[in-house]
Amino acid sequence: MMATVRVQRDDFDPGAEAEGLARGRKDVGAVASFVGYCRDEGGRLAALELEHYAGMAEEEIARVVGEAEGRWPLLGVAVIHRYGRIAPGERIVFVAVAAAHRGAAFAAAEMLMDYLKTRAPFWKLVIGVDGAFEGWVEAKADDDRSAARWSDAVSGP
Amino acid sequence: MKALYFAWVRERVGKAEEELDPPATVATVGDLIAWLSRRGEGYAHAFDKPLAVRAALDRVHARSDALIAGAKEVAFFPPMTGG
Repeated sequence: MMATVRVQRDDFDPGAEAEGLARGRKDVGAVASFVGYCRDEGGRLAALELEHYAGMAEEEIARVVGEAEGRWPLLGVAVIHRYGRIAPGERIVFVAVAAAHRGAAFAAAEMLMDYLKTRAPFWKLVIGVDGAFEGWVEAKADDDRSAARWSDAVSGP
Repeated sequence: MKALYFAWVRERVGKAEEELDPPATVATVGDLIAWLSRRGEGYAHAFDKPLAVRAALDRVHARSDALIAGAKEVAFFPPMTGG
């Protein structure tokens, strides 16, 4: 399976990345993609500063992709995660999955995002419009629950 | 071994990385956290809630009972908030 994992400061073109998974192929029947954006939290957030563990970030995402590949018959995966300063409205993360059928593509894309949130070594620092709103984003129990449900799910197509 | 600190663990420790040479009695990640906590106020603050700090050995997530022998790189960081 073709897998692309990129951790980068620069923005990306989600349309081109998703289309790239199907281009020139005749076996792909579905590409599901997800884009995560920076929110302004009701006008209080000026920017996010994303810190990451270079090296481990790429390796951990690749391990997560490997687990998705073991569960569904995937034909291609692309994951991009940005770091550095990101303003409201800008893209942070991208996941796209190609498969023969939509079920595997949707499910794998969702699992990849759930696992990325709890396992990929990135940390968000909030830069506030005023100082009172600043600080490190805390991990959410909801994200742990979203990731944990894949441990119980029936594997395979 | 090389130690790396990220996010608020880095801020509290006051540095992003350093070389560590723990004594042989420090066998696990948890032992290392206890040993680091005694090195000063910043370390004590960073590790005051040991369960709130995650660790990786050679770039792989590690639990507090994981053995550190042979590891070249250890990292400490808060629960992850990417995505």
